[in-house]
Amino acid sequence: MYGRKVKLRFLFIIIILITLILTTFMILKSLEENVVYFQSPTEIKSLSEIDNSKIRVGGMVKKNSISINSNEVNFIITDFKNEINVIYKGAVPNLFAEGKGVVAEGFLKDRNFFSATKILAKHDENYMPREVKEALEDK
Amino acid sequence: MIFSLVGYYSLILGLIIGISLFFLSFKNFNNSNILDKKLLSFTFLQLFFVVISFFCLISSFIVSDFSNETVFNNSHTTKPLFYKISGTWGNHEGSLLLWLLVLTLFIFLFLIRSKNQPVKYKILTLVFQQIIIVGFFLFLIQTSNPFNYIFPTPLEGLGLNPILQDPALAIHPPILYLGYVGSSIIFSSVLAATSLKIISTNWALHIKKWILISWIFLTLGILLGSIWAYYELGWGGFWFWDPVENVSLMPWLALTTLLHCILVLEKKAILTSWVIILSIATFTLSMSGTFLVRSGILNSVHTFANDPERGLFILIFLFILILLSILIFFFFHKEDNKKSYSFFWLSKETSILINNWFMMYFLSVVLIGTVYPIFLDVISSQKISVGPPFYHKLIIPFLIPFLIMMAIGPKLKWIKSQIIDKLYLISFLIISILLSFLILKNFSQNILINTILISSALYLFFITLRDFFIKKYNNISQNIAHFGFSLLILSILFNNLFSSEIITNLKVGESFENSKTKIVFESINQKKEKNYNAIIANFSVQNYLGEKDKLSPELRIYNQPVIATSEADIKTTLISDKFIVINLVQNQDYFNVRYQVKSFMVWIWLSVVLISFGGIISFLKKRS
Repeated sequence: MYGRKVKLRFLFIIIILITLILTTFMILKSLEENVVYFQSPTEIKSLSEIDNSKIRVGGMVKKNSISINSNEVNFIITDFKNEINVIYKGAVPNLFAEGKGVVAEGFLKDRNFFSATKILAKHDENYMPREVKEALEDK
Repeated sequence: MIFSLVGYYSLILGLIIGISLFFLSFKNFNNSNILDKKLLSFTFLQLFFVVISFFCLISSFIVSDFSNETVFNNSHTTKPLFYKISGTWGNHEGSLLLWLLVLTLFIFLFLIRSKNQPVKYKILTLVFQQIIIVGFFLFLIQTSNPFNYIFPTPLEGLGLNPILQDPALAIHPPILYLGYVGSSIIFSSVLAATSLKIISTNWALHIKKWILISWIFLTLGILLGSIWAYYELGWGGFWFWDPVENVSLMPWLALTTLLHCILVLEKKAILTSWVIILSIATFTLSMSGTFLVRSGILNSVHTFANDPERGLFILIFLFILILLSILIFFFFHKEDNKKSYSFFWLSKETSILINNWFMMYFLSVVLIGTVYPIFLDVISSQKISVGPPFYHKLIIPFLIPFLIMMAIGPKLKWIKSQIIDKLYLISFLIISILLSFLILKNFSQNILINTILISSALYLFFITLRDFFIKKYNNISQNIAHFGFSLLILSILFNNLFSSEIITNLKVGESFENSKTKIVFESINQKKEKNYNAIIANFSVQNYLGEKDKLSPELRIYNQPVIATSEADIKTTLISDKFIVINLVQNQDYFNVRYQVKSFMVWIWLSVVLISFGGIISFLKKRS
């Protein structure tokens, strides 16, 4: 009925379409699995359930809250309304200090304890992560 | 004072020349032969004014003229001269002036080097380039004038962010910008050639050198940034999939694809649509990169303090440029159907096309990962970030066919080909698989994917190495670049597999020991420099073979602005880097110590140098 060329071309278009759909699906799926949500201590307090996905918590490091021993660093992140205890094993960035903004990445143990796997570095003392700024302004 | 004045008025004059160039070109477009000489001298004059302006800014930095706001914000009298100069482009205003300088420099060089091109084409290229240039002049003068006054004149400046006071980062912006902004000339030239319908093999040959220049600088620029991040940020990694890094990777991917397409166009006069779209994409991605980094929209760990209003200007400008180029593409470009050109499924053309689609896929993954968080923030104000696992999961599996294609593709002939040397191809594949089994037999994690990955990288490695020595394919630049790429992937894989890390908190005199490594924190001493005070910590590290190393990382406290930075101490050998960095947690006795053994680190840098070396050879090669 149709020539060989037309059939081939048709097949080719179908293959491309299928590949495109599969790729889009794959990218979206893996986005869904791998995004890290940002939350403020207040938002964490109001969470209905704690799941074990990775999140970021941001706010200020509470004054006099840093304590350190040979294998971990503990501190409190506050948005001046609520606070959360952070347990962290790992390297701390240079600009990590009490009374300064901080973003920690890791997993929630419960509404009061957060086990961090990474503390994000900043390049500039004047710079405050945008989420932290907004979280602090939201109060 | 005088420098700011001269610099500012030079900018205005440059802008006026830009606008008058438009009028000249439109008025005399049909009478273009008279215009030829005039255009060149006008362009030279414009370049001259921008250079003056740029030198005025550098001079203001050198003499620490704090009546200039840019200097006041980014310099300090105690800074070493080298960093006073590099401070010129270490800030927003100065870096935009550098953009402008490169823009005008490239169009001037382009006009000189394209004497034999049609006059109309040159004029149109100039007009398109002037649209960009005038846009940047306006942007600079309107929103980020580098020559703003402060009155009364402050006695001392605020200083340059200490992490920017570094040799690699001092030359990183100019090199990266040569690559970024170099793509502007490709953009203008493609638009001009499309409007005049002169896209042909000759044009491809002429524009190829410009693509190569841009590509070489972009590659080296990314490399410098990566090296800097490795030793200065103290994370011991070389690529973090951070948005700011991604925006430099995206134009690179587009440009690399373009480079492959232009090779086809040069020989076979096909893939013209690809070339046009990729040229437009490369430049728009470079501009969006500037926009995203400078606007503060990107939520990045690298972000420097910045101003969102500037972002709006670039966004509108970017939108106009994209609209313009899309209009030109649709109205002027018609794929030549008359001499329809067909090629067999097994041919060089097909393999380059497949390469294009792979690169486009990588590009879209990076693009989605970078832009999606911004998008989600705008529509639902949810804050998210996309981490390395996303990129790894989507990119790594596709590297396998990509690497194998890279090995076989270049061996194919144009139009119709057969696979020759089957015996070699298969035996090398078997050797690669066996070898990667041997390497990986002690690992239990992800053994399947790692074996396949290393096999395919080794495969490309062996094939390109053999081709290099038998010289049968006679395309040495391609050979070296592909070899460099295989080396890059191999070093990254080995780096991932064999690296180890210890993070602990130690007081002076304490030590840490596990089954493989012993770290002794021996002592600290202090050092006073003009612009910083340093605490130097002395460690001795012993590995399970009994080798002992002395490592002395520093903790610097800069005086202007008062910021602490960690200077890693790195012992580099061909096999591995020993990397140690310390940090002092405020008001505590403990030092936070991070010790890493990074395997084959130096090979990552070397292989990227090798890749760009392939480009350099191709650039220098005379037309045969």
